[in-house]
Parts: sequence; C-alpha cells; structure tokens
Amino acid sequence: MTDLVLDQAVTFAAQSASLLTFDSFVLSVAAKIVFALGLFFVVPLVGGYLEHKVMGRMQNRRGPVEAGPFGSLQLVADGIKFIQKEDVIPRAADKWVFAAAPGVALVPGMLIFLVIPLGPGVFALDLELGLFYALAISSISVLGILMGGWASANKFSLIGGLRAGGQLIAYELPLILAAITVAVQAGTLSLVGIVEAQSMFMLPGTDINVWYVFPQIVGFAIFFIAAMAELSRPPFDMPIADSELVFGYMTEYTGIKFAMFLLTEYGGMIIMSALMVVLYLGGWQLLPGVPLPGCDGAGGLFDCGWLGTLAGVGITIGKIMALVFVMVWLRVAYPRLREDQLQRMAWIVMVPLALLNLAVVTVAKVVF
Amino acid sequence: MATTSPPGVGLLKGLGVTIKHLFKQPATQMYPKQRPDLPPRTRGVIALMDENCTVCMLCSRECPDWCIYIDSHKETVPPAKEGGRARTRNVLDRFAIDFSLCMYCGICVEVCPFDALWWSPEFEYAEYDMGKLLHEKDKLREWMDTVPAPPMLEEGAVAPAEVTDAIAKKEKELEAEAEKQREASAAAEAPKGKAADSGGGAPKKADVEVKGAGEIDQETFDKLIAEGKSERIARSKAKAAWVRKEKERLRAEQEAAGGDEDGDDAAPKPQAAKVEVEAGQIDQETYDKLIEEGKSERMARAKAKAAYVRKERARLTAEQDGAGSDGSADEPEAAAAEPAAEDAAADDAAADDEGADEAGDDEPAPKQKVADVHVEGTGEIDQETFDKLIAEGKSERIARSKAKAAWVRKEKQRLIDEGGDA
Repeated sequence: MTDLVLDQAVTFAAQSASLLTFDSFVLSVAAKIVFALGLFFVVPLVGGYLEHKVMGRMQNRRGPVEAGPFGSLQLVADGIKFIQKEDVIPRAADKWVFAAAPGVALVPGMLIFLVIPLGPGVFALDLELGLFYALAISSISVLGILMGGWASANKFSLIGGLRAGGQLIAYELPLILAAITVAVQAGTLSLVGIVEAQSMFMLPGTDINVWYVFPQIVGFAIFFIAAMAELSRPPFDMPIADSELVFGYMTEYTGIKFAMFLLTEYGGMIIMSALMVVLYLGGWQLLPGVPLPGCDGAGGLFDCGWLGTLAGVGITIGKIMALVFVMVWLRVAYPRLREDQLQRMAWIVMVPLALLNLAVVTVAKVVF
Repeated sequence: MATTSPPGVGLLKGLGVTIKHLFKQPATQMYPKQRPDLPPRTRGVIALMDENCTVCMLCSRECPDWCIYIDSHKETVPPAKEGGRARTRNVLDRFAIDFSLCMYCGICVEVCPFDALWWSPEFEYAEYDMGKLLHEKDKLREWMDTVPAPPMLEEGAVAPAEVTDAIAKKEKELEAEAEKQREASAAAEAPKGKAADSGGGAPKKADVEVKGAGEIDQETFDKLIAEGKSERIARSKAKAAWVRKEKERLRAEQEAAGGDEDGDDAAPKPQAAKVEVEAGQIDQETYDKLIEEGKSERMARAKAKAAYVRKERARLTAEQDGAGSDGSADEPEAAAAEPAAEDAAADDAAADDEGADEAGDDEPAPKQKVADVHVEGTGEIDQETFDKLIAEGKSERIARSKAKAAWVRKEKQRLIDEGGDA
C-alpha cells in the first residue's frame, strides 16, 4: 500500500524539485507539513489584519489599534478569545455532523497549500495535476458549510447552507472554465509549470514577455468574481447575510468551531489570491521579463540563490496581499447581491464569456 | 432608470469613493488616551455653588425626574440695627443630585434665580455602583471648580443691570453733590453782597453734564478696553468719567475764582462699605476656629469669608487713611476657575462705585490690592497644591484647576509684596 502511494507520488510529481525535499522521507514529510500548516495559520492572519485595517480606513475608522503594535495582533487576540469560549452544541443539532463540519471546511484549505508555489522551489509538492487538485479540493469546503447548515437544526443555518450549495452551482462552472483556459494556454496543469510557461510566453510576433492576465483579462475577471462567490465574500455573502440570516450557516457555532469557519474564510482568500497570482499574475516574477536576482534557470525564475528565493516569496506574498486588498475594497464598496442575481449573472454572462474566452485562447494557441 | 452614463460607471464610482476615504484621516477620537475636544459649554455634570443657594426649591420642583434632594433648616439672624426685627434665613443642609435619574435637561440650571447651579463640562464620573451616582453637596461643590468662566458679553450687548444701576447711582450722587455745591457757593456769594444770579453765574455742573452728553474720556476708555471690557461698558464708564472730570475742572475753576471751598468734597473719607475686597477668599483663622467649634463646613466657610472681608476692609481703610487719598475701588477680576469671584462681584456691584470711581481717579493708585494685580500666564499651576490635592484623592482635573487658582493667588501675593518692598 505504501509503495503504491509512493509510486503514484513519484509518477505525478513534476520535474522541478522542492527545496523541502530531503534525503530522509520522514524529514521531508515533516518539513512539508510544517510548511503548509505554517502558511495556513500565518498568512491568513496577515490577510485578516489587512482586511480589518483597510476596511476601517475606508469607513473613516482606524481599525484595530490596541492589540500589538498598530493592532497587528488583533486576530491572535481574537483566536485566544475564541479558544476560551464555551463550545455550545444545540440540543437538537446532529452532534457529530455539527462537530465535524468546521473541520471539513477547514482541512481542504490546508491541503491546497501543499501545491501552491510561493517562490523558486518554495512549495511542498509540484503535482502534474496541481491545478486540477486545487480546484477539486477547494470545492470540498462547501460540503463542510452544507453540513454545518444542516446539522445546526436552525432555519437560518439551513437557509445559509442551502444558499452556499446553490451558490456553488453558480460559480463553479465559470471558475473551472477560466482555469482550464489558463491550462490550455500553458499546456500544463502543474502550477509551477504554469508560472514557468508565463515567463516564457511572448506576445505573438514580438519578444515582449507578458503574463496571462493580458491575453486573458476576461478570464481573470471571471475567475476573480467566481472566487469571491466561492469564498462567500461580499458582495456574494448571501450564505452569511447577517442582515437577514443572523449569521447564516455559522449562526449556531461558538468558540473554536466558529474560529475555524472564520479561518477557512481568511485562508480561502489567501488560497484564491495565490491561485490567481500563479495562474494570471506570473507567480513570483516581479515584472514580466524581469529575472529575479541570482536566478539563472528557465525564464530567470529557477535555480536561485537564497536572495532570489526570498525575493520570490516576498513578491508572491505581496501580490497575494494586493489581491486581498482588492477583495476588501469590493467588499466595502458594494452591497450584497441576491442569490438569483448571482445565478443569473453566472449563467447568462460569465459562463458564455468563459466559453468564448476558452475558444479564442484555444484557437489562438493553435494558430500562433 | 434613465441613466446617461454607460453601464459599469456607477460601479467604478463606488470604488472611487471608497478608495478616497482610505486616504482620509479617520474620524475616530482616541478617547481614553486623548480627551475629546468638547465645546466649552458642554453639559457634562451639574455643579452647585452652595453659597448662592437660598433653598428656594425651584430646581427641585421643576426637575422632571425629581432627582434633586434638598434639606434645610431655618436660622434666626439677629437684627442688624438696634431695635430692628430679627429675620429668619434658610440654611442649606443637604443638596444632592441623583445622576442615575437625571436626564440632563438642564431645567434646574435654567430656573435657578441665584446662579447656584452650573453646567460643568466634566463627564467622567461613571461608577460601578449606581448608588454612587448620588452626588451630595460636597461633591457638587467640587464640580464647581471645573465650571468655565461665563462667556464674554457680545459686542454691543446691553450692559448688566448691576453695572447700569451703579452708573445711574453715581450720576445721581454727583448731581446731588453739584446741588450742594451750588447752594454752598450761593451762600458764599451772598455775604459778599454781589448780585447772586444763580442762573447766569459760573457754569454749574448740571449744565456741563447736559452740554457734553456725547463726549467720553479717552484715557479711561482705552484703559477699560485694555482690561478686556466690552466696548459698550467702556464707553458708558468713560462718559461718566468725562462728566466727572469736567465737573472737577469747573469746580477747580470756581475755587480759583475765590469761592469758598467745600472741604468735604475735596477729600472724602473712605467708608468701610466703599472699600472693595475680593470676594471668595476666606479668613483661615476664623475658619479653623469655627470648624473646631463644630460648625458645619459651609457655615464656617461663609463666616470666614465675612470675617475676611471685614478684616480686609479695615486694613484697606487704615491704609487709605494713612495715604490720605481716596484709593481706587477696584474691579474684581474674573479668575478663570472661580466664577464665584465674579458672582460676588455682581452682587457687590450696587454698593460698589466700580469703574466710575476708578476712572475718575487720575493720580496713580498708591496701594495695590490683591484684585488689582494682573497676573500673566493663565496656564501655570501651583505644583505644591496640585500634588497635595492629588494625594488627597481629588481628580486630576479638579486638582489642576484649583492649583491654577492657587498659582494665580500666590503670584498676586508675590507681586504685591514686591510692590511693597519697592
């Protein structure tokens, strides 16, 4: 059994090696787990702090100011508070499903961090099927939300959960169609491969290197909107809708379980932003056609020294935070849509546009 | 939905609005760290000037919440003159406002006819125990130290009744004086056998007054303006001063012409009532004695105050006698933290010759008195007093304002001492 798993891992692993792979199998696994978990528990906190601060300033407030320097430890303080709180399970709730739901929502977020490349060699695993894996896993979170909504034995939770399920029907198809288009253009499903392909992509007939966001601006917009819908972020926060559904599927959750749902949301923002950075914004490339310092591999993105590696990670995180900023900006600016408006927009506008985008990119790929 | 802009522009506009606010200064007030910038007349807490309270019960009756509790007893005041009638007076025993009931309508402050209730901008008196929101007399008196001085009169506003009354009174006095003088001069002229033509003789004071109704004494006017009086008051006082000077001049002319001199007019003896003493001070000795005798603090304070005024008057009168000239009656200045002083000044204004006398006094004032001294630097505090009050557990605000007042007092004393040495 172990051999089979190992074989498969070897089969699906792509050409580029992770910096976290050591001679010892156990050490490698431990390093990768620490890497993914560390990312999952730290970067979302940074994103959450950014959201608090940006949202505050946009609303003429200051945001958190007390906990830590400039309030930067507010989310840590919140986490400690959540842990201290009583863990209440409603009497009518389906106890086991209710308890498992936050975990089901949370774990896929951790798993996606395994394949997301942050810099040259800075990733746990470079799967051949990386993009497929990421999209497949990320949809599992909705199952956790549905479970929580159903098991809470609360009408608001139930409606929230069902809305989350309904929303899935709206955003999943455009999201996948937009992602497929990138895979078509790159010719690979490996996330590292897509970054590499972007650094090699020249505008037809010239030697100007551009990222995929330029030929696929429509696809990028569709992916962005669909990602916001998947994360239940405003203006697509109908499953939570605190003005009508109390707090949607999270209504009955308290303490650490509630914190897990929140962490899922912040982690989801980071994951989706990271996927967009990898698919459309050139990964750890600073500017199109600009190699990192000390890197002499393909496209100036690989075989870097420690300086180039650190710079690459910094650039990726910076791009992720920029996208998180845009998400917060949209959240502050726009009111919540209705569920049917999202469905209408997804099926009448986004799906046809995504199909058109796919067709055009495919034809162009064959022609040029 | 007739819209002229292409679709999507509204969405971008929304983004523009939010991004603009990102770079604006937040509206947040960092309250516990920074005190809020409150308007000066903020209604924070109600302060009691218990010396002014006559137990008329108006506030208590008008209070919509019935949150003002007043107890008092009657005291018999012995007759002021021999054979007079003894009078009764209400003495305040308890005055409490229950701020857990108060709705801060301010009707009590409005309705108080004796300016015993004031609004203070202090607001940090929340308690964990509701009962502690019942502020008794002592606490309400402490809030009094945080009441800001009343606002200046508007330019062109009608002068306060006390001031106009005082001016009118002085004018009447002068008229009476002129009448007396006329009679005296007539009496002096008669023996000389001249045709006493009182109508067409030397100009009389009453005539002068009529002639020069519009003129003002520029010197007095400038001085009063410099002291921060409103233009209106300065003008009317300066007018009175001019009239007085003119009369003085004419009288001197008459005297020079060989008329009989009226000795009483030339150097009027200062009377005790004429000497102005800064109110608000107390005679510590008397105060301590009374407290020892078991009197209430209020009683002791009031009596000590009276004792202080008496002593001070005696002292000043003696000084004036020594100097042989009429000391200028002073205008009590309004100490920022002590509206009490102003209040008392207003009460005394009727008996006080005030600016009129002051303005007429041309020679430099020979002696300085406490209220005469102007102290610069309103922001300074007396550290010693401040530390003491803090140690006694007073709030910082109260300690600061009292220390400020203490500093002003000390500074004045210092200046007087210096002047005495010189």
